[in-house]
Amino acid sequence: MDDWLIFWKPYLTGLAFSIQLALIGLYLQLRREWLAALAYGQVGAAGALLAQVMAWPLALGGLLFSAGAAVAKTLLARPLGAGVMFVLLLLLGWSACLLLTANLSVAERLGQAMFAGQLYFAGTTELLLALLLLLGTLGYLRFFGPSLLQSFLYPGLPCNQSRRWVRCFDLCAALVLAAAVMSMGVMGVFALAFVPSWSAFRCAGSWRLACRQSVVLGIGAYSLSFFLAWYWDQPYGPMLVACLLFFGVARVLGLGWKTHCEQMRRRGGI
Amino acid sequence: MKLLHVEQVVAGWQQPVTPPVSLVLNRGEIIGLSGPNGGGKSTLLAALAGQGRVFSGLVSVSQGVRICFQTQTLPPLDGLPLSGRELLALTGASPEGLPSWLTGCLTQRLDRLSGGQRQYLSLWAVLQAPGEILLLDEPSNHLDAAGAKHLKVALKRRAAQGAGVLLVSHDQDLMHACCDRIVVLEGNRG
Repeated sequence: MDDWLIFWKPYLTGLAFSIQLALIGLYLQLRREWLAALAYGQVGAAGALLAQVMAWPLALGGLLFSAGAAVAKTLLARPLGAGVMFVLLLLLGWSACLLLTANLSVAERLGQAMFAGQLYFAGTTELLLALLLLLGTLGYLRFFGPSLLQSFLYPGLPCNQSRRWVRCFDLCAALVLAAAVMSMGVMGVFALAFVPSWSAFRCAGSWRLACRQSVVLGIGAYSLSFFLAWYWDQPYGPMLVACLLFFGVARVLGLGWKTHCEQMRRRGGI
Repeated sequence: MKLLHVEQVVAGWQQPVTPPVSLVLNRGEIIGLSGPNGGGKSTLLAALAGQGRVFSGLVSVSQGVRICFQTQTLPPLDGLPLSGRELLALTGASPEGLPSWLTGCLTQRLDRLSGGQRQYLSLWAVLQAPGEILLLDEPSNHLDAAGAKHLKVALKRRAAQGAGVLLVSHDQDLMHACCDRIVVLEGNRG
């Protein structure tokens, strides 16, 4: 019971992030921009490390840097291409992170924690930030999600919402990814944004079902990994990635096997 | 009632492509744009939809009028978990009037439909979207005989409901069956 009281803040923080990352991942998959999950996360991590060096609040550095990355992507995506922008941001964030951790002892421990995932150290500030972003993300996607889909599939149709708000998706994604990286680690966040949405894209029969399946897989794999890492005293990030891969790949392979069996049955005339 | 007034418009992308074009599109009217490949028909539609560039001339759209633009390229539906009903809801199109060979497929994922079914459903989502001007670029591409026949009826019905349609097509049968008049673009030879 005492252990639970210690861990409920980290657990709820990760839970809030796993819901929003699973949903944001769907829209990144839709736009063929899943590399953004790694790029914004890495830039956010670099911002948090720099904030640590400058003795600023970590969240401020991470959120400011990722917001800057989202603005840069919006401005330069047309001349350079969105894919190239994400690669450039990823490389920039990665090199800044490694240079800071290699040269400044104050950044070294935080740097390592952000790569392994340091969710068990999340406190009230991280929980409040996660809940605030969850509310913002759910509200944003509730109002502008259909317009995001429409502007991708039918850019020539009049949009129900202002295009400016639709363009804010990059900012929303960048803020959530950066805040999540500061609690859950770069690869854990990337896996939460990528695997559930990828699995839902392969398996779901409609967008509504894809949202539901992505969130269920994100929450399920997150919760299991949280308790397994705690129980076996393992680093949290790799455990999360392992659980996501296991469930995500099993779901896709299971569906593939079911489809194959149905086809064989039809061919056999059974 | 006038929906769109185009006066000596030269459209293009980096360079001007079309010759100067003038036309007036009224409510309930279907105008065909015809001409050789490279004549600038698709470019003119894109410019009127705000996606291409207008180099000179005047484009005037009546106040409050919404433009729906269908390009030749199909929406990227491969690998997307989206049902037919969800696609129509996105554009605000009603499933009412859909051919019988499509009404039963609306709950299925779009990338599990046949190419023809997907093509017609994608087109229907634009045809029935709430807009007053329809700019259609080769809508009969990849349609079978039943689809092409249904398209003619749907276009005429849409015009009868008060929409103005600007139609680019190499399908002479569709053009002559649906259009009130045809404007020929000869290309920018200058």
